[in-house]
Amino acid sequence: MIPAPFEYAAAESAEHALRLLAEHGDDAKVLAGGHSLLPMMKLRLATPELLVDIGRLDELAGVTTDGDELVVGATTRHADLAASELARAEAPLLAYAAAQVGDPQIRHRGTIGGSLSHSDPAADLPMALVALGGAMQLQGPGGTRLVSADDFFQGYFETALQPDELLTAVRVPRRPGVPWGYQKFVRRSNDWAIVGAAAVAGRIALASMGPTPLRARAAEEALAAGASPADAAALAADGTAPGEDIHADREYRRHLARVLTRRALEHQTG
Amino acid sequence: MTRIELTVNGEKRSDEVEPRLLLVHYLREVLGLRAANVGCDTTSCGACTVLLDGKSVKSCTVLAVQAAAGDVVTAEGLAPAGELHPVQAAFRRNHGLQCGFCTPGMVMAAVGLLAENPHPTEEEVRTGLEGNLCRCTGYHNIVQSVLSAASATGAPATGVSA
Repeated sequence: MIPAPFEYAAAESAEHALRLLAEHGDDAKVLAGGHSLLPMMKLRLATPELLVDIGRLDELAGVTTDGDELVVGATTRHADLAASELARAEAPLLAYAAAQVGDPQIRHRGTIGGSLSHSDPAADLPMALVALGGAMQLQGPGGTRLVSADDFFQGYFETALQPDELLTAVRVPRRPGVPWGYQKFVRRSNDWAIVGAAAVAGRIALASMGPTPLRARAAEEALAAGASPADAAALAADGTAPGEDIHADREYRRHLARVLTRRALEHQTG
Repeated sequence: MTRIELTVNGEKRSDEVEPRLLLVHYLREVLGLRAANVGCDTTSCGACTVLLDGKSVKSCTVLAVQAAAGDVVTAEGLAPAGELHPVQAAFRRNHGLQCGFCTPGMVMAAVGLLAENPHPTEEEVRTGLEGNLCRCTGYHNIVQSVLSAASATGAPATGVSA
């Protein structure tokens, strides 16, 4: 499968990338690792006229701290985030989620910014960001704005990111030593989650239970009111209407959400 | 067209390519290096695995222009002509292939895995190769081959797990 023809520009800096995006608007797409975008282009579901390659911009890669937040540059590759001692100490759920993406080759190329911008509700990192209560740092012609994970994911493959904006970094609260759980149900190695659940610090996020990663709010409220993990998890599917596909019908997904949420609240990974 | 300069199997290359040219097609059709196979063409099977800057990648999901200034190694470049890389030798000793289609990708994924983890457990080999499919399902001998390559003696692996 061959993508439709496009022009290619290797951005020399984030500023240069932003200038190209301002000039070309919706006709341009940002390329980093390409592991979400290129498959779409090969299927011709995406046919951008210009690719702005930010994949070599070191200024956008790396894991640091800023006050009480862990800051992950947008072009940080999954393998590097998974291996980051800082991320593993300060936001272990995030490092773990990065290690669950795809397979080793995919983790060598794919970036956190790419996965979040792609906004697949079955993906690991969007669910992790919602569970962590993180925020996306978006740079545009008018400056930089922060959008919470709860507001960033707006629909299936839709985010708050505007055509002239660049996702430059991701911020999550530092929570060293805080218990967390992460559950991803798949039939085969390296598949997308049929359902996923991640829990930390009273927040619960679900993957593949709707058009975006979702908060299990009824379960969160029960937890806050003192319910046991099992009793709270029984409410995890409340208000959800997940899609049906070859892997699972709606009721099965709702069942999985309850089971996986209980395991996540019991701080299990798997 | 975009000019790319990169190193492939130790040789400097400079070529004009269409931006949409995939790395696997650049290797196979422009350079005539046919070890990396196009299998699924959807980032699933790993038959197109090569090393890019020392890391295993699926070359069906990398543009040639993304490899510009990079260092690419294919199975052809693992050892001098007529010789076998230790991982290739281990695959031969342990009969780590059946039809052979997945083999170049398996070997490159294994070389990448052993570069990151020189002494993996069997479990780590199995998860480390999760991005490579063998449709002959010959995984047992593939895993034994990688374990054999990783062992200090290089002797054929004999451990059989249930």
